Amino acid sequence: MRIQFKTSYDHDIRLFPDRHSLIVYGALILLALVLPFLINEFYIGEVTNVLIWAIAGLGLMLLTGQTGQASLGHAAFLAIGCYTNTILIEQGLPFLLAFPLAGVITGVVGAIIAIPALRLHGIYLAIATIALSILADDIIVLLEPWTGGVSGKFPDVIRVFGMEIERWTMPVRFYYLVLAVAVMCTLFYRNILRSPLGRAFDAVRDSEVSATAMGVHIARTKATAFGLSCMITGWAGALMGYYAGAFNNETFSLVISITLLMMIVIGGLGSIHGAFFGAVVVAFLPQGLSILKDSVLGSGVAIPGLETGVFGMILILFILFEPMGLYGRWLKIRIWFELFPFARKDMFRRQKSYLKTERLR
Amino acid sequence: MSLLKVENATLKFGGVVAVNDLSFSVNEGEVYAIVGPNGAGKSTVFNLVSRFYQPYAGRFSFDGQDLLSCKPDEVADLGIARTFQNIELFDHATVLQNLLVGRHRHRRTTLIEELFFAPRVRQEERHHRAAVEEVIDFLDLQPYRDKMIAGLPYGVRKVVELGRALASGPRLLLLDEPASGLSVEETQDMRWWIDDIRKQMGITVLMVEHDMGLVSGVSDRVLALADGAKLAEGTPAEVQSDPAVIEAYLGAGAA
Repeated sequence: MRIQFKTSYDHDIRLFPDRHSLIVYGALILLALVLPFLINEFYIGEVTNVLIWAIAGLGLMLLTGQTGQASLGHAAFLAIGCYTNTILIEQGLPFLLAFPLAGVITGVVGAIIAIPALRLHGIYLAIATIALSILADDIIVLLEPWTGGVSGKFPDVIRVFGMEIERWTMPVRFYYLVLAVAVMCTLFYRNILRSPLGRAFDAVRDSEVSATAMGVHIARTKATAFGLSCMITGWAGALMGYYAGAFNNETFSLVISITLLMMIVIGGLGSIHGAFFGAVVVAFLPQGLSILKDSVLGSGVAIPGLETGVFGMILILFILFEPMGLYGRWLKIRIWFELFPFARKDMFRRQKSYLKTERLR
Repeated sequence: MSLLKVENATLKFGGVVAVNDLSFSVNEGEVYAIVGPNGAGKSTVFNLVSRFYQPYAGRFSFDGQDLLSCKPDEVADLGIARTFQNIELFDHATVLQNLLVGRHRHRRTTLIEELFFAPRVRQEERHHRAAVEEVIDFLDLQPYRDKMIAGLPYGVRKVVELGRALASGPRLLLLDEPASGLSVEETQDMRWWIDDIRKQMGITVLMVEHDMGLVSGVSDRVLALADGAKLAEGTPAEVQSDPAVIEAYLGAGAA
């Protein structure tokens, strides 16, 4: 059992609270860096896909897991990020400028859209943001001179300091680029969490009335959350564009929005780990399913809707049996080992505390 | 010197007059209690002062400043902190994080600085933490520092809520039924704390409370409300022996 002795306030402020977590995450980064030498290029491509989804998941997690605002419109922001990046590069901006700017522009657009949308709560906000996803499709078609409309666009080869990066011909370079963005987004996320703004997000999620009483401006905080969330999502969108190699108005559909939301619920709401765990499921499940289907039924058989069905079932099972998601399950297993053999079965049973008026329900 | 001044406040919910032409003022450094039967409008007065409700008529001033020109989230910036009758903590955060949210009005860092966790953010965090630790020491919350609110007993939550209000470093503390649902010992603790908040920290306290033992133990002046209007005002003993108060609580003829 590991006991953490805290000797200064910095223990709670530092990025890594103790040596143990520094070693674990250091090893993880190291593994990510040497991965291209361990597995072949096809699998590097798959891992890249996981990372891109994880970045998008981080974006939505900041909004939904941290600030408690559900959004089914994040595919629209993936699209904004993707198109902005491509258009900026076509205008002659270097990648190192265009890519960050694409995220910032997406964030600003998101914050502006958020101001009216965030007057809505819960399911109503989700419905309003669905409209965003649907609108995005039409707007892309309408803005044909810039977006290429139905025929779509093909992103150019990325050039950084004279080095070319392309997803198909040099997947390893593209992997390192995506890894760098993922690490950067994770760092941003962690920094926000350990500063006053992150706590304001939690406060808005749990009780708007007392957050107000503590001096948190609800609308401004929500709009900031939306903006930051969209910024990260915008970067994910730009990377998705490169990963796909071609995109048009149908690439970023409502289904992508729903998949994103499902991903963070399955991964575990309100944690960085959750975004990554969820991304692994979302990225590998289709492959896993098709391999399974081929080996059971043979490669000639097609089952339409199999993926969506399995996804839906997994989501329902998680909500019923593990609302904390994969990350929650991971924590439980870890604590079981840390406490071995003293872990008890009911340790994680949710405690209910009753207020006067709830006792009769 | 009066710190909080309420003049001719009136609030109507449709046809119901919740607060009716109420005037009172709270002096700097005193504990001022509002008592009254259920539905008298005590919590409504609190919600008016913290600007959750817009009064129908009346003037509210805090330290000479017009409160009505403030938005609800700007009230905290003036140095007014409050607790809630039904405990409004951030359930999915630790006690420490809850108290740190209390420091939000002292946030001086910008979004960009926080995104990159600039050195200034770290410095500010240390200051916030030091301020919060003082509150933790004051309220004996050390054992609960890293515990999630969702798993804490009711009595502790009540104290954490008081702590969160204190962490903001207020000049005026609004306590909405600080002793409701507390055991005899916990109420006793609450009484010492309120006493110390006034004497050691020099914070003015305005509280709503039903426990007359607590009210007469800590408060300098008491305001009795009934149907949104002032029944009596004075020292605890004066108010308790006021015939109008006895009538409102026990019915006519009991005196």
